[in-house]
Amino acid sequence: MAGDRVRIGSGAGFAGDRWEPAVELVERGGIDYIAFECLAERTIARETLALRRGQGSGYNPQLEDRMRAVLPPAATQGVRVLSNMGAADPLAAGRKTAEIAAELGLDDRRCAVLLGDDVRGAVAARPDLPLMETGAPLESILPRMASANAYLGADAVASALETGAPVVVTGRVADPSLFVGPIIHVLGWDYDDYVRLAQATATGHLLECAGQVTGGYFADPGVKDVPGLARLGFPFADVTDAGSVTIGKCDGSGGRIDAATCTEQLLYEVDDPGAYVTPDCVLDMTGIALDEAGPDRVALRGARAQPRTDTHKVSIGYFDGYLGEGLLSYGGPNAVARARLAGEIVAERLRLRGFAYDALDARLIGIDSLHGPGATRPEPYEVRLRVTGRTQDRKAAEAVGFEVAALYTNGPAGGAGDAASVREILAVQSVLLPRHLVTPRVEVVDAG
Amino acid sequence: MLIVHDLAHARAGDKGHSVNVSVTAYDEAGYERLKRELTEARVAAAFAPLADGPVRRYALPGLGAFNFVIERVQGGGVTATGALDIHGKSLSSLMLTIPLPGNEPEG
Repeated sequence: MAGDRVRIGSGAGFAGDRWEPAVELVERGGIDYIAFECLAERTIARETLALRRGQGSGYNPQLEDRMRAVLPPAATQGVRVLSNMGAADPLAAGRKTAEIAAELGLDDRRCAVLLGDDVRGAVAARPDLPLMETGAPLESILPRMASANAYLGADAVASALETGAPVVVTGRVADPSLFVGPIIHVLGWDYDDYVRLAQATATGHLLECAGQVTGGYFADPGVKDVPGLARLGFPFADVTDAGSVTIGKCDGSGGRIDAATCTEQLLYEVDDPGAYVTPDCVLDMTGIALDEAGPDRVALRGARAQPRTDTHKVSIGYFDGYLGEGLLSYGGPNAVARARLAGEIVAERLRLRGFAYDALDARLIGIDSLHGPGATRPEPYEVRLRVTGRTQDRKAAEAVGFEVAALYTNGPAGGAGDAASVREILAVQSVLLPRHLVTPRVEVVDAG
Repeated sequence: MLIVHDLAHARAGDKGHSVNVSVTAYDEAGYERLKRELTEARVAAAFAPLADGPVRRYALPGLGAFNFVIERVQGGGVTATGALDIHGKSLSSLMLTIPLPGNEPEG
């Protein structure tokens, strides 16, 4: 039975997001659904690695905290929960979710798990596919591949909702599709109705980063202020069967929603605004208008779309060596010159010891660590030297931090506060896989 | 001299080996001035220490905004770079430093 409107909330904008604003939405936002978008490009590769090494569950590390906070009010309010927190092991995430629901004494512990995004086998059989970022063939990174996940679409999300389970857990799903799924499910829209899919996809894109549309990542004190940022509320969208969309947030929550915050989020991580490709459609944002429809309410209209492509984007995580890092601070008179000298000494010592790097950089935090060298940068009172070395050799990576720490007694005067790290680099590139090679399926898990 | 920060706000997003930076004008006059002066060439020059380019500009007059796509960010993009700002998120602030000399022809 199709409804004529739906209110869908956004519970997270990244893997490590806060969850108090999600609880607020569930408890008093009047929402029907809440979706938690918790998968960045590298997240699945990272979780795959953690799982393989016995250092993690394979799913989002905050899944348990989030579910414990959200499931009880969601059950009380009749709000259905969706999330891609399943990451590298959606089935384990689903079982854990059902187990938590049982522990909390909830009546309906079912969790629908969306599978089929893991396409390691399918891509391994197609080493000829070109990598979207570099054009090189996939086979150049295949031996080092850690994960390969297709971006599933709203049709797959909607099929998980059709099970009736109160919670849906997925692996890789296109971020907007996590929101488009419940919209087409509730409103009974045809998956080929591109006029409506366009509005739904633009809505999903506005919601997918949660607080980034309600005033998060926006404040510039004295220039564009955000009231109550510490109590930042997360957004919801009201979508009607006619395809009208209004973005809002809970009354009394912090933050702001207006044309400015919505415009920043609409264009976030967008290449050509006339062709934003999702598994559901190719969204054209160029005709979109954002009308302020009241305090903290913005109406979105004018989204258009072209039909979906015949491929799924697949994100491939692979091992790409190590990054060694060393940090040391300098302050007071001539701090910049002492820090520069320290960086040169580290580079020379690493060379003398015979280590080689794909890239070895010495930057000063306070001068050129974010935006590179600039012509007219004022000299700050203190700077922090940051030396990084990218290499396939773990020992060479470890030597970077070692030589920075050794500056204490062997370098310029006044170095302080050393820190060092070595991490494995998980890089990500993408390929396009024909649609027929991707087969989403749904499994419902329950707890006894 | 005016800088972009005087007329607009910006947000950067990671696109793998490229980065996008949206620039949204505070008003219509600001949009028109940015349209004249915040050219692909000027943005490419500001980002030259960080990206090989090219730079593409998309105008969204209905939103009073532009979207810039800056290609070939050095270091291999978000997931492989050793840069402190691996996502390029602070590049919105670099966009806001770009000076607008105001001597471009009208229209």
